[in-house]
Amino acid sequence: MKKEFKFLYFAPYLLWLLLFVIAPVALIFYYSFFNVNHQFTLNNYITFFTSGTYLTMTANSVWFAFLITAMTLLISYPMAYFITKLKYRNLWILLVILPTWINLLLKAYAFIGLFSHNGLVNQIFNFFGIPAQQLLFTNTSFILVAAYIQIPFMVLPIYNSLLEINPSLVQASKDLGATSWQTFKKIIIPLSIPGIKSGVQIVFIPSLSLFMLSRLIGGNKIITLGTAVEEHFLTTMNWGMGSTIGVVLIISMFIVTILTHTSKKRRVAK
Amino acid sequence: MKRLTIIISTILIICLGLAYGSKSLQKSSSNQNGKVLNIYNWGSYIDPNLITKFEKETGYHVNLETFDSNESMYTKVKQGGTNYDLVVPSEYMVAKMRQDHLLVKLDKRQLNLKNYGKAYLNKSFDPHNQYSVPYFWGTLGIVYNDQLIKGTTINSWHQLWNPKYKDQIMLVDSARDIMGLSLISLHQSVNTTNRHQLDLAKDKLDQLSPNVKAIVADEIKMYMADGEAPLAVDWSGEASEMMDQNPHLHYVLPKEGSNMWFDNWAIPKTAKHYKAIYTFLNFMSQPKNAVQNTEYVGYSTPNQAAYQLLPDKIKHDKQFYPSQATLKKLQVYKNLSATKVQEYNDLYLEFKMHR
Repeated sequence: MKKEFKFLYFAPYLLWLLLFVIAPVALIFYYSFFNVNHQFTLNNYITFFTSGTYLTMTANSVWFAFLITAMTLLISYPMAYFITKLKYRNLWILLVILPTWINLLLKAYAFIGLFSHNGLVNQIFNFFGIPAQQLLFTNTSFILVAAYIQIPFMVLPIYNSLLEINPSLVQASKDLGATSWQTFKKIIIPLSIPGIKSGVQIVFIPSLSLFMLSRLIGGNKIITLGTAVEEHFLTTMNWGMGSTIGVVLIISMFIVTILTHTSKKRRVAK
Repeated sequence: MKRLTIIISTILIICLGLAYGSKSLQKSSSNQNGKVLNIYNWGSYIDPNLITKFEKETGYHVNLETFDSNESMYTKVKQGGTNYDLVVPSEYMVAKMRQDHLLVKLDKRQLNLKNYGKAYLNKSFDPHNQYSVPYFWGTLGIVYNDQLIKGTTINSWHQLWNPKYKDQIMLVDSARDIMGLSLISLHQSVNTTNRHQLDLAKDKLDQLSPNVKAIVADEIKMYMADGEAPLAVDWSGEASEMMDQNPHLHYVLPKEGSNMWFDNWAIPKTAKHYKAIYTFLNFMSQPKNAVQNTEYVGYSTPNQAAYQLLPDKIKHDKQFYPSQATLKKLQVYKNLSATKVQEYNDLYLEFKMHR
């Protein structure tokens, strides 16, 4: 009797999982075995893993996703750290989250305005006597904008894991004669690793498949896997190949998750 | 908590009530006389004043929905669940939809095509216009900014490869068009299925890479109007929109020739209101209406009678209404087999990846 009840509670979630998680993934797998003429084939996978185009694309995507993640981490860690030291830290964290309430596309267009030839950044450069630079459609601006968009998703988990650190540990370290730098390196960083790991997970995977930014800010000079998926579905109508790339992305997501997996036991109890 | 629940449920109830109200209003307006027409057109591709005029004159109610690519329109019509009476596919899409039995044959007895120029009828994608009525046509060409390009006349595709334009050209993100311009510069057909020629065209594009600043879509209009780049490859209609925003921009139809494309009215198999369809098509063919629409949209009209009514400045613009000699050099895309289209796309992707 009780068991049945439990199952009833669980049913909506099971249904949800089935409809919106398992079914779409299954469909992607299914489509990846068909060519443009709707015939069953393994060629999509063979093409993906033998053609220079897709392998370079994968390498490119991974490299840029890595750069974006590294950049985001570099900015976010100190940010999260200093926010934990501030008086009104809830307000500050709110300010960090605020940009996520604005649509991604709007933010991208705002950056076009900033980076364009006559944009604000170049106007400031001119003011200091620096000639106008080509900012749009460069790798640097692409990475910068992507990192800007990902920052809140990196700051939050790090901030939370920093807050979780028991202050007495830091005090003990200082009492025992460690310098601030030593305390930071030996106590704070190791204890905030779980936050860093989940931040990296959240940032790396979407960065692999960015597509709107790579066109608007990067000018399609960097072709990521995301761009290719978009193109295969919307313009070339080669759903098979698009799905194949999707499958590769899903699998790489699993790999990243496994690599950054933290076993709970090793975490220091509060 | 209780108050929050009350507020949220009030909002929900109001929303549902409004939705029901608007739905029943729509129903009554369409049920009254069944006089509706559902049009599926490209964004900002018809003068809204004309629709109002049509509604007033005939009493039909027009529902206009818009799409932004042939492919998305195709998918929507094919998957069903829609009730479009008229769609606007480009020429290769007319051929593809015809092949896939998604179009209904036109009833020529109810249709008045006498205003349309001979040069725009009976094209290879739809012999004898059995399925389509030309709406607008245009070309692919080069847009340049006379403030940034000085002392040179741009008149040829070859000039794009000039090393002095390093990192200065914007391309429209379209496989067929970019492969096509390379093929034309090699004096080949834009419909070639010869693998060797396609490879050569792709190699030639690779040499263009250093000059390419960005490969973008609709944003190209904004960038060019802002003077972000001196040169761009884009469609004539897009060019005319940019030129409205920035008088320093000019459109050139290269002397080697180019692609000529057609957007056409066609009746998808989902159509129901045939009387409204033909009334509308004949309404749009009337010279007075067609010229008003042409001035609004900015593309070239295939309606000869409307062309005569255009202001001289537009009528004599050789870039938008080229001479007979130039017209002969323009090629129309044919619908290639899915495998061939894929080959074009793959080569184009390789070009995009080329460093």
